[in-house]
Amino acid sequence: MHMADALLSPAVGAALWVATGATMAFCARRVREEGDERAVPLMGVLGAFVFAAQMINFTIPATGSSGHLGGGLLLAILLGPHAAFIVIASVLTVQALFFADGGLLALGANTFNLGVFPCLVAYPLIYRLIARAGASGPRIAVASVFAAVAGLQFGALGVVLQTVASAISSLPLATFLWLMLPIHLAIGLVEGLATAAIVLFIRRARPDLIDRGFAPRGKCASLRPLLTGVAAATLITAGVLSWFASTQPDGLEWSIEHTAGTAPLYVPENGVHGWLAQLQQRLAWLPDYDFPADAKTAAVDAKAAWPEIKPGASIAGIVGGVVTLALVWLVAILLKRRRG
Amino acid sequence: MSRIDAALHDLRSLDALAQRDTPLARLDARAKLITTLVFVAVVVSFDRYTVAALLPLALYPVALAALGEVPAASLMRKLVIAAPFALLVGLFNPLLDRAPMLAIGDMVIAGGWVSLASICVRFVLTVSAALVLIAVTGMHTLCAALGRLGVPRVFTAQLLFLYRYAFVLGGEASRMATARQLRAGGHGGARLATYGPLVGHLLLRAFERAQRIHLAMIARGFDGEMRSLRVLHWTRRDTLFILGWCAFFALARAADLPQVLGGILTGALP
Repeated sequence: MHMADALLSPAVGAALWVATGATMAFCARRVREEGDERAVPLMGVLGAFVFAAQMINFTIPATGSSGHLGGGLLLAILLGPHAAFIVIASVLTVQALFFADGGLLALGANTFNLGVFPCLVAYPLIYRLIARAGASGPRIAVASVFAAVAGLQFGALGVVLQTVASAISSLPLATFLWLMLPIHLAIGLVEGLATAAIVLFIRRARPDLIDRGFAPRGKCASLRPLLTGVAAATLITAGVLSWFASTQPDGLEWSIEHTAGTAPLYVPENGVHGWLAQLQQRLAWLPDYDFPADAKTAAVDAKAAWPEIKPGASIAGIVGGVVTLALVWLVAILLKRRRG
Repeated sequence: MSRIDAALHDLRSLDALAQRDTPLARLDARAKLITTLVFVAVVVSFDRYTVAALLPLALYPVALAALGEVPAASLMRKLVIAAPFALLVGLFNPLLDRAPMLAIGDMVIAGGWVSLASICVRFVLTVSAALVLIAVTGMHTLCAALGRLGVPRVFTAQLLFLYRYAFVLGGEASRMATARQLRAGGHGGARLATYGPLVGHLLLRAFERAQRIHLAMIARGFDGEMRSLRVLHWTRRDTLFILGWCAFFALARAADLPQVLGGILTGALP
């Protein structure tokens, strides 16, 4: 499931961009250090493979519906976790740019949800624990299913937390979790079965390709740096998210203090940091009924918080909106005519 | 046309757009990339109940699409295909958030509907900006810009490779899927027992192809570094492009332009 720009707040989007960027830098360094230049074309072609394989459907046993591969876990099994993360990130980037999946701000969140969890968490911590080098077929199948399910559950949890923390959607945490986790349990099972089917086939045809991710370094040597990386990414995310969470409760106080003096915040054109900080403050300027315990109390609260609705302002907004769109359309036509 | 072929067609058509020589295509890719990122950040920075104030920002994707001669129909089609998730999540807002928000005569509109409308506007703006960016820039130039902006080389090389071979492997996958379908007597998707070997063979071919590519690259003196002939030139027009648009974004962010406009109009009319 792709996260969308429309549901993200700037703070959450930026936090996930930072976490994903740090993970990317870490993985890029590891891949460079491995120094296997064969990896460059191999990663590229396997990225194209995942891209193509995602579009081949198969029938899900015992149901009428069909599913397809996500690919994160499969890539980790074939390439090792670091290279797999980079490949998945590239697939998601192309999808965001060409197929409108998510958007540019959500790309950080999507790469985190669909890349970090399957490649850097589920693969080393679950798949490798169950299926060590030279594991039997059934073991590989079980490992794939468990790792894929875990990866997708974490990913779904990520989507839910990011959406709720952004507070653009009104869905409460519990409801959204109940919607997302069961769906992704099913998707995870499908992903696990598909991954297992492909891995088992490759294992029969070309056994040398399977343990590639671990082969060059011997034993379990690559687990420790991997864990450090995951821990760092988790810390960064947790840190940023808690920073975000801690600014939420006192948002109302902030707004009471500041609305009087600084109505339209000055937005500087450069200096992303100061700008994002201001956006963050803007964001914290949310009335507290944004987090309703339930719909009823929310409605009551809101009536209390917003006693007067100015009909004049509403109509002016709607008329102005329509006229604005008409103007934008007009500009487009003029630009087109000038070009043509 | 199968799903795979449709996707490949989309890839090709967007990149073909970027190959044409428009004033926008001649701008430095970094300027377009940075401006688009600022644009997305500004759009999502608005309060969740904002609808009208977001609308002036539509000028950016619309103007770029018009100048870059991006066909509106194909943009719309992509937007519709990509919409479901944001829309599905947004549809809960009217159910959960019933605080009164707008009043038109006697009709009172709940906050949930307003925020749903806001989600839709945000979706259209952010996603169309990303699509227009690639349509007026092209993958190769964009990767060069990413590299110059400090993105790790491993990743930009990966993007270029993926982009190059998506067509090759996509075509292969499409032919395999068609061949299977023709032999399956009209049954829908592959069973798992068929799926494993089908995709497995695609994967084996991918491995072999990667090996051939690597040998070919070595034969041409590959030393682990991807070199590009495309050089980016930053000119005054690029600075103007960024500054001009950012000034507009700042104006649209600071002042609720439609409200002002509507105030003038409704104040003048009655």
